[in-house]
Amino acid sequence: MPNLTQNPSKIRVLVAKPGLDGHDRGAKVIARALRDAGFEVIYTGLHQTPEMIVNAAVQEDVQVIGLSILSGAHNALVPEIIDGLKKEGLNDALLVVGGIIPNEDIPELKKQGVHMVFTPGASLQEVVDYIRAHAPARA
Amino acid sequence: MGNQKSKETVKGNQTQAEASNLGGIQEAQRNWESSLRKTETKAPPRNVKFTTLSDMEVPLLSTPADLEAEGFDYLRDSGFPGEYPYTRGVQRNMYRGKLWTMRQFAGFASAEDTNKRFKLLLENGQTGLSTAFDMPTLMGYDADSPRGKGEVGKCGVSVSSIQDMEALFSGIPLGEVTTSMTINAPAIVVLAMYLAVAEGQGVPKEKVRGTLQNDILKEYIAQKEWIYPVVPAVGLVTDTIEYCTQHYPNWNTVSISGYHIREAGATAVQELAFTLADGLGYIDSCLARGMKIDDFAPRLSFFFDVHNDFFEEIAKFRAARRIWARLMKERYHAKDPKSWMLRTHAQTAGVSLTAQQPYNNIVRVTVQALAGILGGTNSLHTNSMDETLSLPTDDAVMIALRTQQIIAEESGVANVADPFGGSYFMEILTLRVEKAALDYIRKIDEMGGIIQAIEKGFPQAEIANSAYHFQRQLEAKEKVMVGVNKYKMNEAERKVDTLYIDRSVEEKQVQKLAQLRRSRSPQVHQEALRRVKESAQAGQNLMEPILGAVKAYATLQEICDTLRPVFGEYRESGNF
Repeated sequence: MPNLTQNPSKIRVLVAKPGLDGHDRGAKVIARALRDAGFEVIYTGLHQTPEMIVNAAVQEDVQVIGLSILSGAHNALVPEIIDGLKKEGLNDALLVVGGIIPNEDIPELKKQGVHMVFTPGASLQEVVDYIRAHAPARA
Repeated sequence: MGNQKSKETVKGNQTQAEASNLGGIQEAQRNWESSLRKTETKAPPRNVKFTTLSDMEVPLLSTPADLEAEGFDYLRDSGFPGEYPYTRGVQRNMYRGKLWTMRQFAGFASAEDTNKRFKLLLENGQTGLSTAFDMPTLMGYDADSPRGKGEVGKCGVSVSSIQDMEALFSGIPLGEVTTSMTINAPAIVVLAMYLAVAEGQGVPKEKVRGTLQNDILKEYIAQKEWIYPVVPAVGLVTDTIEYCTQHYPNWNTVSISGYHIREAGATAVQELAFTLADGLGYIDSCLARGMKIDDFAPRLSFFFDVHNDFFEEIAKFRAARRIWARLMKERYHAKDPKSWMLRTHAQTAGVSLTAQQPYNNIVRVTVQALAGILGGTNSLHTNSMDETLSLPTDDAVMIALRTQQIIAEESGVANVADPFGGSYFMEILTLRVEKAALDYIRKIDEMGGIIQAIEKGFPQAEIANSAYHFQRQLEAKEKVMVGVNKYKMNEAERKVDTLYIDRSVEEKQVQKLAQLRRSRSPQVHQEALRRVKESAQAGQNLMEPILGAVKAYATLQEICDTLRPVFGEYRESGNF
């Protein structure tokens, strides 16, 4: 169900921390930068299972999902999240991953359905610009 | 310095001669400053403001007159190494007697893999062990828990039972090394496993030496690997302090940690203030249980970050020792000098390392290590240059260890105690860092203490604000990261080897655990777990029952799960 208080012109983004890793500095900084850029941002908080993230994406009716992963668990967690999103019919959502992702893992993540991977050193502006350019229009 | 009479007649505690000398310096300084303004019309300053990494404004020059204006008193504020208030270090002869402990944090994959890395480090001159655990272990989950899928052995070693702990230290005589273990929420269980393994090796209790991080408060503030709500979690920490004080006199019960607070985005001052406030939280909890300050305070130790700003970091270490000594003596009336001493481990700042041009990280680590040593740290971990890319490789770890050895044995800095002591600028910076940290501590006291401050989200919000502020400064190029926002290079092919942990580690750990679950006696471990639960419900110290449970081959998660319904679980809101 769409949230009735939401502003229809704003891009809605879910920032999520899958897995057990507690390093949330990046996720929080990104969440704030996206909010300052005019997006509506929902942050899941820590220690989310793939299922919890998929549920949040459905409930919050977001166009963009940003996953922050620094623990090395991306190859296990991201495919589960993508499967869940497909099952819920969220095929159009823009899926972005940020964190410590070795270069050699990026092609496989993209093949699975990740649209973009931001690694250390990416600027807030790059992330904002990418999302603004690629977020799907609201149905 | 001045006697009582001169104190009455002359401002402060200066003698007449010193006061007139200061007057001369002030006059000369005014003249110099007017010349400076002329110079600056021709060669304007590079920036409008010159600040530390944490945005504290620094003067171009400091003089004895400036130091006097700050109210600095040598005997009161500085004193001598090994003497109250320990600004100049906790040992009288500092590194002439004993160099700092070179302690490289290690842990990955299985206990057997980490055991090999430990032996490599010991063979190469490292003097203490330091254990990193993986995320499932840190959160109290076994290797076969669905919650830990994909994370087993990734960021540290997987330890689910006493069998893993035995393998981790196999062939390493625990009476002869000191071991540090970085674990917090389930620390009481991991400590029980370690003590049981030491007992199995026949090590006498007083020869068991090392440090348990066991600092749950900073988990809520920064590192975020928690299980239970704050109050029962601090109760578990208090259990370990109480037990070790009685039975393991040489075990450091808590490593009160600023490292994670800083890495999460805090400024140097916030790191210092929140860390010391956490320390006060543990002390208050122990005192409330009826323990005597001098019985347990000497075994509390600290752990700080060493970041890029060279002077600010040295000032932070000096201020930390002075604030702690005064709090211990004045607030808690500790009598034993060992209670006054802030002994600390330090680690170079992981967050300062860049994935871009990664060899530059060796230089950053060197500068940071030097600051930690000049700040008088008692123990040091130097980061490996490849740590932003993956877990460190053997080669990178070796460079990091050699960095410390070069500083220790080639640079000459270890020959002198507190060489920055008496630097007008350093003493002023130390005073300012101290004052700003004390302002925070006062604010936290007014909230009712650190537990209440955490429950209000105060330190968390302060850190998030600082992290965002710093990121904005980076993007505006007000702060520089070489290779990231300045001096960038096109690095199509990054030629750095990385260490890769594959899925077979997880599969092996899961199989090993299944084997353990089949072979142990169900009655024995269930009975032991029942005792843990009953003791928790009765509000008793849980150390003995948990020791019983690990010896009965109860797993880490079984013990943690036994306590979850008794204590509840911590949840954080998604505020940012």
